[in-house]
Amino acid sequence: MPMRIEKHPIIDYGKKGSVVTISVNGKEIKAFEGEPIAAAILASGIKVFRHTPKLHRPRGVYCAIGRCTDCIMRVNGVPSIRTCITPVEAGMIIESQEYTYE
Amino acid sequence: MARVEGVLTVEEVMKCPGWPGDNFIEKKRVAILECVEDIPCNPCEEICPVGAIKVGSPITNLPVIDGEKCTGCNKCIAICPGLAIFVVDKNHSQRFSSISLPYELLPLPKKGDRVEGLDRSGKSICRAQVEKVVALEKNDKTVIVTIIVEKEFCHDVRSIHIP
Amino acid sequence: MNEYDTELAIIGAGPAGLCAAIEAARLGVRTTIIDENARPGGQLFKQIHKFFGSYRHHAGIRGFTIGKQLLDEIENLGVEVMLNTTAFGFFDDGLIGIYGSGDVLPLRAARTVIATGAIEKPLNFKGWTLPGVMGAGAVQTMINVHGVLPGTRVLMVGSGNVGLIVSYQLIQAGAEVVALVEALPEVSGWHVHAGKVCRLGVPILLSHTIEQATGQDYVEGAIVSKVDRNFNAIAGTQKNIDVDLICVAVGLRPLIELASLANCRMEYISGLGGFLPLHDEYMRSSNEKIYVAGDITGIEEASTAMEEGKLAGISVARDVGKLTQETHNMMSRVIHNNLYELRLGSFGDERRRCKEAIIAKNAGRHVP
Repeated sequence: MPMRIEKHPIIDYGKKGSVVTISVNGKEIKAFEGEPIAAAILASGIKVFRHTPKLHRPRGVYCAIGRCTDCIMRVNGVPSIRTCITPVEAGMIIESQEYTYE
Repeated sequence: MARVEGVLTVEEVMKCPGWPGDNFIEKKRVAILECVEDIPCNPCEEICPVGAIKVGSPITNLPVIDGEKCTGCNKCIAICPGLAIFVVDKNHSQRFSSISLPYELLPLPKKGDRVEGLDRSGKSICRAQVEKVVALEKNDKTVIVTIIVEKEFCHDVRSIHIP
Repeated sequence: MNEYDTELAIIGAGPAGLCAAIEAARLGVRTTIIDENARPGGQLFKQIHKFFGSYRHHAGIRGFTIGKQLLDEIENLGVEVMLNTTAFGFFDDGLIGIYGSGDVLPLRAARTVIATGAIEKPLNFKGWTLPGVMGAGAVQTMINVHGVLPGTRVLMVGSGNVGLIVSYQLIQAGAEVVALVEALPEVSGWHVHAGKVCRLGVPILLSHTIEQATGQDYVEGAIVSKVDRNFNAIAGTQKNIDVDLICVAVGLRPLIELASLANCRMEYISGLGGFLPLHDEYMRSSNEKIYVAGDITGIEEASTAMEEGKLAGISVARDVGKLTQETHNMMSRVIHNNLYELRLGSFGDERRRCKEAIIAKNAGRHVP
């Protein structure tokens, strides 16, 4: 399962942003303000970010640096946001983009 | 097991210039530089306070250890980016050898802990006791752990597992 | 639309871009760095291991510490850094299109350094799109920068330096690397990196590959198998491994989109990752106002990226008249020597040859 790293032998992760609440497909999760949305989603145990339109295959995070668009979700109504490079803001409403091609 | 598989044999270690030679191994606490590839790298030479390590030019040369000069100060263990240096005192006591190795994991062992000694392939081959744990700020999170093992394992144990 | 004006625009705030900015700004070139991420530093901040090379290459210092030193210098020099800003195009009249915080801005720069780095190559196997299959660099970003472990039982695919280093860093982060598979019959990265993980008990399965990532909605396991000399799976050698994270470390390729839009001449150099922009020995591309530095010019290391960035920075300074030819010659000699040292040895030979070929091809010389 994904999890947050509490203590690391080398890294001091520094002062995290304040703890805020965001909603992911209606489920409220805790996140640190300023961390990438994708990191918060993974840390909460959610692995599936969306399904592909034609074959409905589950997708999550792949490159984590904003290059591959696997992790895109609708954030506060704006579609196709790359969640791996977009910082969390308090109260964000995040939804999977589930389209279907006929 | 062999270098190409990620695991050096003791024979391969003894052939490399970072091996101080049997008589220094028997005589004193001395550094063993298990460095066998021509990577451009020489901080071990630059940090040794007594000039016991020579890389020279080009910096792809394998480091050569001078067992006579080496004082076993452990500075090279901490700086080696490949974590490939160990300081061994084969005749630490009648029965036991001591091995100082670099450690960068959590939890840290504590002095007195009984741990497992692992060989280069990660196999648990003996029991070991932690004699010393040194975390210096200048070593930048590379902790030097010194363990005591039965003599016959002194050339094989290069890692520990805390049960 | 108002144009934004600067003397030097640097696209990419990774080690190459930051070093280019430092050199140029020190010589009085008004410099603006553009990066689409929320934080500068590129991949440098996830390099938590100590660097190799010599003291002048920052040996013995952890990547993120070097990153902090670079950022401090950038701040001291007053270099402007535009974060969360994407450079999306080069236009005929020399304008660069940038987009940040909802605004599109045309940027005019006398010179531009493109230092956009690289992207991981994918590996296509059954189930490769399942959540839980990630690039090794992606995992490194998650664990070392964001403090999130995407899985706790890991299969690493690939034994190059990235695969070996990230395996070690996964263990440091508290995960178990259940196995590492490598299709070749020997470890392809440096022995010391392999040694670190082998002595922690990670089994390196040589001549093995991943056949499938299994699971319904996300990775629940993997099927690996032995391969023959032609990398074909050998029937009957399939093994199920219980993992929840599969890291793919099969190489990187330069991110060349912007350089292409700027009409830089490209060449396919397989030893350096694929298509890349040609350049001269001072990092000038085939487009006279554009310089390139770092992994975009071929996949190497952070240390070479920093040296190439410095080279690009002083070349810009010379080309806009802020550095004499003589001083430029002296400074570039030092950097060329640093680069030469970093490309020595059996692991550096191929990279050095490829770099020489790039410079030769750029000059129109035939390379056998």
